[in-house]
Parts: sequence; C-alpha cells; structure tokens
Amino acid sequence: MSYMPRATPLHAARASAASCYCAALVLAVLLTRNPLLLAALAIATALAALGARVGARVARSLYLSAPMALVVALVNALVSRNGLTVLARFGDWGPLGQVDPTLEALIYGAIFGAQLALTVAVCALWSAAVDPDALLRSLRRVSFRSALTATLATRMVPLLAYDAQRIGEAQRTLHRPAPRTAIMRAVTTNALDRALDIAATLEVRGYAGTRAPRAHGLPRSRHDLAFTAAAAAIAALAMTVALLDLAPFAAYPELRGDFGALPLAIGGALVVLAAAPFANRRGTGR
Amino acid sequence: MSTLELRELTYTYPGDARPALDRVNLTITQGEFVVIAGRSGSGKSTLLELASGIVPHFRGGTLAGHAEVCGLSLRENGPAQLAAHVGTLFQDPETQILMGTPRAELAFPLENRGADPASVARGVEEAALALGITHLLDRRTQTLSGGELQRVALGAALAGRPRLLALDEPTSQLDPVAGDELLGLLRRLNEEWGTTVLVSEHRLERCLTSADRVVALQAGSVACDAQPSEFLDWAHDQEPSLETPAARLIASLGLDPAPRGVKEARQILARHDLLPVPTDPPPPPRPARRRRRRDPSAQLELRDVWHELDHGPTILAAVTLRVMAGELIAVLGRNGAGKSTLLRHVAGLLEPTRGAVNATGHVALLLQDPSAYFTHEHVSDELPPTQLAAVGLAHLAEHRPRDISGGERQRLALALVGADEASLICLDEPTRGMDRAAKAQLAAYLRERAATGAAVLVATHDPEFAAAFATRAILLADGRVIADAPPANLLSGGWYFATETARILHGHAGALTPEQAVAALRDTARA
Repeated sequence: MSYMPRATPLHAARASAASCYCAALVLAVLLTRNPLLLAALAIATALAALGARVGARVARSLYLSAPMALVVALVNALVSRNGLTVLARFGDWGPLGQVDPTLEALIYGAIFGAQLALTVAVCALWSAAVDPDALLRSLRRVSFRSALTATLATRMVPLLAYDAQRIGEAQRTLHRPAPRTAIMRAVTTNALDRALDIAATLEVRGYAGTRAPRAHGLPRSRHDLAFTAAAAAIAALAMTVALLDLAPFAAYPELRGDFGALPLAIGGALVVLAAAPFANRRGTGR
Repeated sequence: MSTLELRELTYTYPGDARPALDRVNLTITQGEFVVIAGRSGSGKSTLLELASGIVPHFRGGTLAGHAEVCGLSLRENGPAQLAAHVGTLFQDPETQILMGTPRAELAFPLENRGADPASVARGVEEAALALGITHLLDRRTQTLSGGELQRVALGAALAGRPRLLALDEPTSQLDPVAGDELLGLLRRLNEEWGTTVLVSEHRLERCLTSADRVVALQAGSVACDAQPSEFLDWAHDQEPSLETPAARLIASLGLDPAPRGVKEARQILARHDLLPVPTDPPPPPRPARRRRRRDPSAQLELRDVWHELDHGPTILAAVTLRVMAGELIAVLGRNGAGKSTLLRHVAGLLEPTRGAVNATGHVALLLQDPSAYFTHEHVSDELPPTQLAAVGLAHLAEHRPRDISGGERQRLALALVGADEASLICLDEPTRGMDRAAKAQLAAYLRERAATGAAVLVATHDPEFAAAFATRAILLADGRVIADAPPANLLSGGWYFATETARILHGHAGALTPEQAVAALRDTARA
C-alpha cells in the first residue's frame, strides 16, 4: 500500500480534505446495514477510485479482502443462534454446540463482510490518493512525535522490502540459495541496523530538538473545497439516515428492510455526492 | 573563529578495547575546506560523526578530552542542538531518506527548527537549485537512483545553510561526472557561502584541488595535518597508499613539488620540458562488430540483447558482446547506463526481452553490496572451515559478517558465489568505499583468476581501478555499447572516463598509470 501520484482532483486536494472525504465514506459504510445503501456506497467507492485513477489498486484490495469477508459470513452462519429460516441441520459440533445455519445469520454475516471489504477498499483509495508526507505535515501540528513515528514506520516498510529483494536477488546467484526463512531472518536482523541508521539520520536532521511547525496558511483550492463539502454532505446524510432510521434493515429474527423509493433516493444521493468532486478537473496537474 | 576544535580527544566505541580516535588535536576554522584521508578503519567516519554529535551521544562509548563544534561543547550539546549548525551526509543514501518526496525531505530539517512556511519553501528551492535537483522535487523517493538519493540527502543537509558540512564519502555512489559536479558544488558552497567543508574520501585525486588542508588519520590518530602538497610529500614517505596518481608520477620522475592535481602536474612537467604536446585524440574506438555465428570457444556471448521495461524505458539496446577466457573487462558508464542490468543478464538473473545470452560454465556474480549474501549470525555459518581457511578468513570464524572489514566482506562474498571455481566472474561496483590498498588486492586477485582461464567482467565507475586490472574496456551509454577497446585506448582519450595520469599527459602513448607514464616519457626523451 503506497501513494500513487496522479493528476486527479482527489490527489490535488490537500491531505486533510482528501482524508475527510475517505473518512466520510467509511463512516457511511459503518452506519448502514441496508444492502441497497451498501451497494450504492460500493458504486460510490468504485467511481471515486476510477476518478482518482487508482481503480486497479482498489480492485486488488477487494480481491485480497474478499476471502476475509467470505470467512466472516460463513463463521457468523455457523456460530449464530439467531434467525428463523434454517438452511441445514448439521447436528452437534462439540464445542460449537448445535450447528443449524440460518439464512438470516448468513445474510447478517455477508453484510458485515461487505462492510469490512468496503472499508478496506476505501482505505486503499486513501493510501493511494493521499500524499503521506502532506498528511503527516498536517498531523505534526497536532502530535509531532506520533506523526514522525508513523513516518518512520512507513519508511521502514519499503526499506525492509528493498532489503528482502536485494538479499533474495543475491541468493539467486548462489549454487545453494538460502531458504526463504533464512532470508526473512536476515531481513529482520537487518531491521535493527536499518532502524539505527534511520534514527541517526533523524538525529542529524534535528528531530530531537523539534519545535512545533507552523501552519502553512495556503489558500484553499477548488478541490479542497469540493472534497470537504462532499465529505460533510456524505457524513451528514449518513448520520441523518442512521439517526432517523430512514433506510431500516434487520436480519433477525427474520429479514426485514426497506428497499423502496426513499433508500433508493438516498443511495443515489450518496453516489452523486461521492462522484461530484471529480467532475471539475482544473488545476490537477503539477 | 574555529568551527571544530578537538583537544586531546579520545573516543572508544562501546565494547571496543582500542580507541577509534586517539588523542586527536585538531582545529578547523570557519570557511576551510578540509579533506580527511586515511585507510579503511583509520577513524575518518568516527571523526565526521563526532562533528555532528552522533558520536558520542547516539553511539555511546567513552569520550575523553575537549570537543567543541561551532562554539558548542560536545559534552553538553547533542545532534539536535548541533543540527542547526552542522549538515551531515553519511555513506549510504538509502537510510538517509525519511520522507516520500525530495521536497518533503528538504523541508524536514527546516520544519524541525520551527521555520515559518515561507522560509521552508525558500530553503527548499535554494537547496534544490544549488544541487540541480529541482526536477526531482516531486518524484517519489523510492523511484530515485542511488546517485539521485545522495543528492537529495545532501540537499537535506544543506537546506538549513549549515556552517559546517560533514560528508562521509559523498561520491562513493556517483559516476565520475556526477562526482566531479558534486565536488565542484562543495567548492562553490565553500567559496560563496563560506561553509566549512569536512569531507572524507578515498579517491583523493578528486578533491585535493579543492582542499585547503588535508588531515590524515592512522589508527585513530592525526598522522599528518598539512596543506595538500605537504600532505602528498608525507604520503610519499609514510603512507604510499594515500598518494595520488599525479603525485606518484611526479615523484617517480624525481621532480617536485608534489602536484595537487592535473593542472599543477602539467605545469611541473612543462617546466622540465617533459609535457607531451597535445595531439588530436585517437579516433573513438569502435564497438565490436556483430558476429552472426556463435564462437564455441567464447566464455560468454551476448547477441543483440535488449532489455525493455513494460511501460518503461529501454535499459539495454542491441548489446552484442563476446568474452573469451582470460579476458579482464571493465564496463564503464554513467549511473543508469545499464551496467548492472548487463551483469544481471550475464548471470541469468534477468531474461532479455530480445536477443540471447550464452555463458559457458559457472557464472559467479557479486552484486554491489556483499552483505546481501550473508544470512547467518557468524562467518563460520556462512562457509565450512576448510573453505574459510582457503580464502584466509579462518581467524574471523566467530565474527559477525557485518562486523568484518569491507575487503574481508567482499572476500567472503566472493567465496560464497563460487568465484574461485567460476569460469566467468562478474562484479558490480566492487570498489565502493574501498581504500587503495584493498583495491590493489582485488585487482591482483582478478588477474590471478584470469591467469587460470576465468573471464572477468567488472562494472565500475573507477577509471583508476579499471586501468589497474583490465585488458579490455567497454563504455555503455543509454544501454548501448558505444566503445569497446583496450584500456590504453578507451581510458586515455576522454575527460571523465580517463585516469588522472592520462589526463595529465593528454593520453600520450596510452599511458594510464604513473608507472606506464614514466616509461612512456623516458621513451619519448630517448627518441
């Protein structure tokens, strides 16, 4: 997971605005269980990924998280005692007790899995489209040292990956290459040396004597405003829907939900709100 | 006013019995350009780390004596306090980059000081302009080459306009062109900004012309502290491995004073009517013609080898090469010319996108960093005792591979890749960070292996090393072989890919080393 610079409105927005936008999408995903709204949010995320030209990255994250979502759905079906529509009777499974999976438990788990996969997808969008340096610069004003620890952690990941690749390549030139476990051990042993080298660099760059950085005070661009407004609107709509129960859905004891005009309109609004900031592509290049 | 003042300073690393710096007395004044010379392990890096406060505050250990940097006592002030006055550059650029883009990297030290945004932006722009890296500012740091990373790290060291710049082998990753550019830049910073420069370097011929003083260390003590020509006189008598080729040439001819560089050497030769008249450089050597048929006696054959990246540039373009047993070949070229890629193709680590590579027998490839071959805690776990004894490393059996010297690490890695049995030995930048004595040992080893029938292919930026071992030289540019000739031809006719001796004599008689030059000049005088 790393930043992918692109000339798109989401990349052009400041880190705080782009992060709020992604956070609003995650909030909307977590606040609803209505499959119609979740489908709308999936469309919104896909459009945002395409608009930010990181569709392949987001698709890959979905590919990686899909098995996890499936496991969540299946485990819930196996362990939940709720629901009236029994799909099968598997009898007594020892520590798990009586295992009688129900349609309701399966759907409930599937919805939970979908929320998980969508959250991962939005996080992938965020990591690919939000410059970590810019984000950490914003965070530093709040908690400098935490932000810097995050910087170091993010720096160590590619550095150790580079070490692994370098050692792996060197081993490929040998008659009897070391097994993968030996390479992993060498990389982890190196990690301490690498961390010390990075810490030494931090020292000579004056980290230990850090003073709080000042706000940069740059004017807000059209993209900053558009994504901040979209984030606020998505978050407000999602909270309103949740508080007023405008798109109700319940899995237990039996499946009940509203799939009528209002949830459909809300879903449509979420898609439009998420896609709207991408319409204006002026000033996105560097 | 002194920028660095050390009095009777002794420093010992934690757990070491012998001090790394031993009763050092040194005063460096504002605006001086000082070169730190010495063999590997003489204490150069420790002295530079001391100037930035890393020693002793970060490394630990024991310190005795008095040390003051930019008027701040080293006992009471650590790297954080010194960072406002001292810019530091270490050897390995990989671990000196903390942020995602060069712009953020250059801004980082300024932000740490709480500079206002306008000052940060200005500092970033000025450092980037000074180093010619404005075009890199918004690139991702993981996409930069080693040389580019080194420049960015130097930019971060410069961004706060430090009073003292402490640089540990800053050109070790760079090709001759980039290395010269960097040293020219340091001279300009020193002259125009008054920045004190403290730089350690193995290839002294590169930086002595810029230096006001040279401090030579031996076993942690200052053995010589003098102007460059006096230092060269000292080196001639006391430590010949630190003598530059120009100084060795002039001394071998029985002339004096010792020259700091090419210009002074020419002036001395001219005064004694020994300077050959510059002639037109020989015609550029032609690359080998494409041969249609395979030669079964060839140790290696590359036929029209292309390496083209998906959605990326062409790294190698129609490289055709035939290497015979016993040949010692130096592959030269700028950073990014395709040297490392060529060696990877030869060793079978990469598949050509077009063309074919045919190698006979075992190919041993030693990549740039020998440490990448070590996966165990102890040297004895890497190689069986008999093999360790055979390569002369039995006494290091219980050491950690990372704790042994650069030359010993390389010897161990060569044994691991099977260089002693290989029919083709490929080395990628083997002299990085090596002192002259270690390079001479390596050159001798390669000549020994070639004498037993092995072919040797070495990618290097170091024309002096190429002249010391090679019987054939190849110049790569943009993935193409643009010259393929004997070293006497290729390394004597250029400016950058030429030895210091060849530059002094304008390529006269193809002399590349001081010894060859002395013989050539004597022949000319006799004629």
